[in-house]
Amino acid sequence: MIAFAELLERLVFTPGRLAKVALLRRYFATQPDPDRGFGLAALTGELAFQAAKPAMIRALVEERTDPVLFAMSRDYVGDLAETVALIWPAAPSNAGPPRMTEVVQTLISTPKSELPFVLTGWLDASDASVRYALIKLITGELRVGASARLAKVALAEVAEGRIAADEIEEVWHGLTPPYTPLFAWIGGSGPRPDPAGAPVFRSPMLAHPLEAPDIAALIPSAFRAEWKWDGIRVQLVATPLGRRIFSRGADDISGAFPEIVEAMAFHGVLDGELLVLRDGQVAPFADLQQRLNRKAPGAKAQRDYPVAVRLYDLLFDEAEDLRPLPFDTRRERLEAWYARHSPPRMDLSELIPFTTVDELSVIRDGTRAASIEGLMLKRGDSAYVPGRPKGQWWKWKRDPLTIDAVVMYAQRGHGKRSSYYSDYTFGLWREDGELVPVGKAYSGFTDAELVTLDRWIRNHTTNRFGPVREVEHGLVLEIAFDAAQRSNRHKSGVALRFPRVARVRMDKPAIEADQLDTLMRLIEPGAVQA
Amino acid sequence: MPHPETWLKVMPDGLFCEPGGFYMDPLRPVARAIITHAHADHARPGHDAVLASPETLALMDVRMGEGRAGAVQQALRYGEAITIGEVRVWMQPAGHVLGSAQVAMEWRGSRAVVSGDYKRQPDPTCLPFVPIPCDVFVTEATFALPVFRHPPAEHEIAKLLDSVSLFPERTHVVGAYALGKAQRLIALLRQAGWDRPIYLHGAQIPLCTAYGRLGIPLGELLPATVAEKDKLKGAIVIAPPSAIADRWARRLAEPVVCNASGWMRVRQRARSKGVELPLVISDHCDWDELNQTLDEVAAPEVWVTHGREEALIHEAAKRGIRGRALRLVGYGDEQEDLPEAAKTEPTVA
Ligand SMILES: [Zn+2]
Ligand SMILES: [Zn+2]
Repeated sequence: MIAFAELLERLVFTPGRLAKVALLRRYFATQPDPDRGFGLAALTGELAFQAAKPAMIRALVEERTDPVLFAMSRDYVGDLAETVALIWPAAPSNAGPPRMTEVVQTLISTPKSELPFVLTGWLDASDASVRYALIKLITGELRVGASARLAKVALAEVAEGRIAADEIEEVWHGLTPPYTPLFAWIGGSGPRPDPAGAPVFRSPMLAHPLEAPDIAALIPSAFRAEWKWDGIRVQLVATPLGRRIFSRGADDISGAFPEIVEAMAFHGVLDGELLVLRDGQVAPFADLQQRLNRKAPGAKAQRDYPVAVRLYDLLFDEAEDLRPLPFDTRRERLEAWYARHSPPRMDLSELIPFTTVDELSVIRDGTRAASIEGLMLKRGDSAYVPGRPKGQWWKWKRDPLTIDAVVMYAQRGHGKRSSYYSDYTFGLWREDGELVPVGKAYSGFTDAELVTLDRWIRNHTTNRFGPVREVEHGLVLEIAFDAAQRSNRHKSGVALRFPRVARVRMDKPAIEADQLDTLMRLIEPGAVQA
Repeated sequence: MPHPETWLKVMPDGLFCEPGGFYMDPLRPVARAIITHAHADHARPGHDAVLASPETLALMDVRMGEGRAGAVQQALRYGEAITIGEVRVWMQPAGHVLGSAQVAMEWRGSRAVVSGDYKRQPDPTCLPFVPIPCDVFVTEATFALPVFRHPPAEHEIAKLLDSVSLFPERTHVVGAYALGKAQRLIALLRQAGWDRPIYLHGAQIPLCTAYGRLGIPLGELLPATVAEKDKLKGAIVIAPPSAIADRWARRLAEPVVCNASGWMRVRQRARSKGVELPLVISDHCDWDELNQTLDEVAAPEVWVTHGREEALIHEAAKRGIRGRALRLVGYGDEQEDLPEAAKTEPTVA
């Protein structure tokens, strides 16, 4: 558990992706089986045991500490698990801290009533860092800021180039902790684990953004067009061994969408977009957000935010792998499949007929529905290849909306940007002359512009609140965004979708920035974001 | 025997010894001052006569410039006793930084000890704390909560060196106060076998040089010239805490921002400062060391100058020790050029 606790401690404070991968790689490369497998399961949230209640931990520590000092300490530190880890009185013994394997196996097999006794022994034998990891693990609060994807990238690095992260992805959901066959495969001492009919994730095919030079080179007859919907990309996998809904990042999100799982009465793998759909109309993303926030939605949430999947592609029909086939053939197969199964809560993504790129461009510019981000262009002869193969699929986002807004607050960024004021809260003028915040942007500018912005912020600060600086109302940013939606949560009454800095308008006086009214007129009719 | 309350008084300018006519670590310029150690919150400029250890006087001169650290300076070695007014005065090491001293005072058979800042962990750059039995012990309480238990400093240094070996292309920049912490860090790195040059931010150079002059060898130290970014790959750079997360550090090669401080024990503290590798290395006592010290000096009464006095007084009372909070403001502010936003937080190393 020492190596795992140390890994955890470093991951929590490490902002850089590459550095996180390096830390994970070393952990997997140096820890023995099955410790490293249980560590991997803990990091990816794949451990199944009943989490202990914080009250149990609190009761244990209260038996051992002065209540006055504990209360003062808790006030000071904030987090309960951290307070307990730090304040737990040392009880030196020869036992040494438990191994990861012992911890996990004990948690799975120990009756709840015996847990306090077992945990006490472990806490006595550990230092503050191991105690913290133990308590977080036991209470099910282990959040490390390292996604499952990063762990797989690190595992691929352990394999030193013989195995790609995407290949690990394809066997991953057929495996269970402590993943001994996976580590054997990665280490070169075992065969590729055979998922054998398990509902596993396949790395999705992704599109490149279409830029001006690509448009000129586009041969219209070679491509098929579809709407690009503003939902979340999902993969539906149903086999005789189970049904799963995966996000684009391979997270199993089946539990959040039980009505879709229920509708998956087939065997195959489909690619599609998860949307909130009312009477065939796609609701704004904010509605889908209501569902994404719920791990186990009740009947009311299912009724208020009815979800459906718009199908793009058929990857497997029964056990037949269609991915090597051209898009056009897969599309025919998809349509035939849909006609045969007509599964509830699913429909087909429509193909948009066109003959010239100009025509397509007019179609793209004509859509102002908040739920459409633009167009997808897919080569008719493209096989389904994981990753982003060049020239096969394009996403052609519609031009964003823009407003000129005034910077009101700035905050330091994260990681590489932690020394820069790179997060900007911007506002628009209300009729009474007050500036009202309408959103936050932290991208879209160049490194050189960031230096200029950072300097401006530092030189025009009027107030500080911790990491936040309030600034003079003197800097105008042209903000681009995909849609404006009505919102009860924001003081301004409006929320922006994907706001980013389009241009730094050092030239423009703040007083000439846009009015809030101008933005309100851009709001799409539709649902209100709670 | 007079109770120390009757002759050792809390005045607006600090703690005043009446029969001796001197202040200890006064907050404003006074006629006669005894200075426990050269940190900015204890050693302030502009006093007429200053008594301190020879090392403290030398470090004050470096920090303030010659002539500003007392119009008249008098050096007093550890263990040497003198009489000031009616009071016998001597000093013993406090183990905090080079030259740091506890001031022992005796008047008409009653003895008080003002410990200044102190620690009990071993430190290769200064002499260890010597407990002095007394009637009243005056202590700080910077880390007086049972959540503060500093790990052995060697353990934290091993963490740093392990990170350097895992990220050999990056520069490890460690935030450490220019007086005491920086030199202890360097000496600990040397003890751990790190014999490559250690690079210093400009603000760290004068005091490191002074330590060398005062007989504390620190090995090869070079200025961290930003122009030589590539040379600093895989190097350890020591800088003031205020510089590590700011524009200065940006110019280093993919810096791993480290900070050496007792506050790093609390995650939120490390996170809010943007620290990637927190190192729990402090020049103050942790909870156990504070309590151990109270037991060793065996004073029936303890006065607490600053910090988390409530917790320490509560714990002392359980052992029959009477506690009194002096609430001296102005201590615990050792941060140099701290940005405004951070000034609301306690800032002792
Ligand atoms: Zn000090
Ligand atoms: Zn101090």
